[in-house]
Amino acid sequence: MEHIISLRDVYKSFGSQQVLKGLNLDLPKDKVNVIIGKSGGGKSVLLKHIIGLLKPDKGQVLVAGEDIVPLSERELANIRRKFGMLFQEGALFDSLTVEENVAFPLREHTKKSWAEIKEIVEQKLAQVGLKGMGYKMPAELSGGMRKRVGLARALALDPEIVLFDEPTSGLDPVMSAAINHLIVRTKEEFGATCIVISHDIKATMETADHIFMLYEGKIIASGTPEEIQACEDPVVRQFILGRADGPIKVI
Amino acid sequence: MFKLFAWLGNICLSLLQEMGKLLLLFLEAIIWLFRPPFRFRLFVKQLEFVGVNSLFVVLLTGLFTGMVLALQTYYAFRLFSAESLVGATVALSMTRELGPVITALMVTGRAGSAIAAEIGTMRVTEQIDALTVMAISPVQYLVVPRILAGVIMLPLLTILSDFVGIVGGYLVGVKILGINSGLFINKIYEHVDVDDLYNGLIKAAFFGLILTLVGCYKGFYTRGGAEGVGKSTTQSVVLASVLILMFDYVLTALMF
Repeated sequence: MEHIISLRDVYKSFGSQQVLKGLNLDLPKDKVNVIIGKSGGGKSVLLKHIIGLLKPDKGQVLVAGEDIVPLSERELANIRRKFGMLFQEGALFDSLTVEENVAFPLREHTKKSWAEIKEIVEQKLAQVGLKGMGYKMPAELSGGMRKRVGLARALALDPEIVLFDEPTSGLDPVMSAAINHLIVRTKEEFGATCIVISHDIKATMETADHIFMLYEGKIIASGTPEEIQACEDPVVRQFILGRADGPIKVI
Repeated sequence: MFKLFAWLGNICLSLLQEMGKLLLLFLEAIIWLFRPPFRFRLFVKQLEFVGVNSLFVVLLTGLFTGMVLALQTYYAFRLFSAESLVGATVALSMTRELGPVITALMVTGRAGSAIAAEIGTMRVTEQIDALTVMAISPVQYLVVPRILAGVIMLPLLTILSDFVGIVGGYLVGVKILGINSGLFINKIYEHVDVDDLYNGLIKAAFFGLILTLVGCYKGFYTRGGAEGVGKSTTQSVVLASVLILMFDYVLTALMF
């Protein structure tokens, strides 16, 4: 299996708090890869390493075989054009309208005319169920709508790799299902590799080709949804069954 | 005793670190200034925000500064019958010193704080990360237009502040306190040089750089949600004001 992203022995601390402790991870190409793990367990930190927003204290981050850790910001910019990213809260530019937000990457990185860009924007907004909402400002939208606009923006350039930081948290069940459907379609129609951070187990089992469980700064289990469900590890079992008792201590 | 030295050392280190980061941001902004694409629309928007929208408050403070200056100097100068010099004193003070400084402090309070709050909010809501992920330099997109607008708009605002300050001085000196109008204006011509005005404007450009750079810097390195944004905004106003007054002395010592 071809791996598009690999992390080798990655360590990251913030002050005295060690978040990643020698993490190793291989994400296969053209698949929906879901990384699960408890809140505050370093999932978003891991995602930010993949796209070079954070640099590890030690270790390698390979994107298509190239270590991105020693790269300058300018070199990283070229790598980042392969990526699209949906942020947890959408991260929309609040001085721009919905339409301008989705058009933003197209205006910056393509030479398309405004008419062509508008057409793509309409199409992307329709895909996330927000047809005709282009004129609104982000402040006028609900959290879920903002997230969907963020998704439309992440997909605007049809990227090779799409990162999703908790795409369904805060959405109603119907909208969650629609977003999950969209993630699978992103993979199938555009041939993109999807990397999803989630703690929505039901959705994960439905959409994932591969699941990785992050715990205490390391990947402790990985495999297909069936393999993960059959996993004997008590931490994994507690997490996927959603039990309060077990090795993961909350209180 | 050892603790005291450690404490002092830590303060010095964090101060140095802060200045270093500020300088690095400035250097990065200079590099991005000359790299395409040039974002003309953003630049014009900032010219409006930093300059045009500050106009009213700058004119108002300039006018009253000139007026109170005329009032104070009149009472002092009357003691040795030098009332005729009120106009020249007001004009000199405004062009050399008060025009640039008052303008810079007002714009810091109005625009510098808003810059820190806006960029800080963008930082905590991951909008800056979103820019980076989209392969767009946040320094080029956010910092460069603001700094450029500050450097260009502050001298323009200062000229206007100087002018209304002198007009304010004239109104108080001539119309209220009864100084001879010809004398008031003549003494200004006699004592105020074009260089005074120019040097004041050079100062203003420096102040424009300081207040926008500090605003951007504090916003850029904001951490910790709404509270963090509040903190950066306050810190940006305090740091920019202190730096403006410090540089005012240095520049004055160098230029006059």
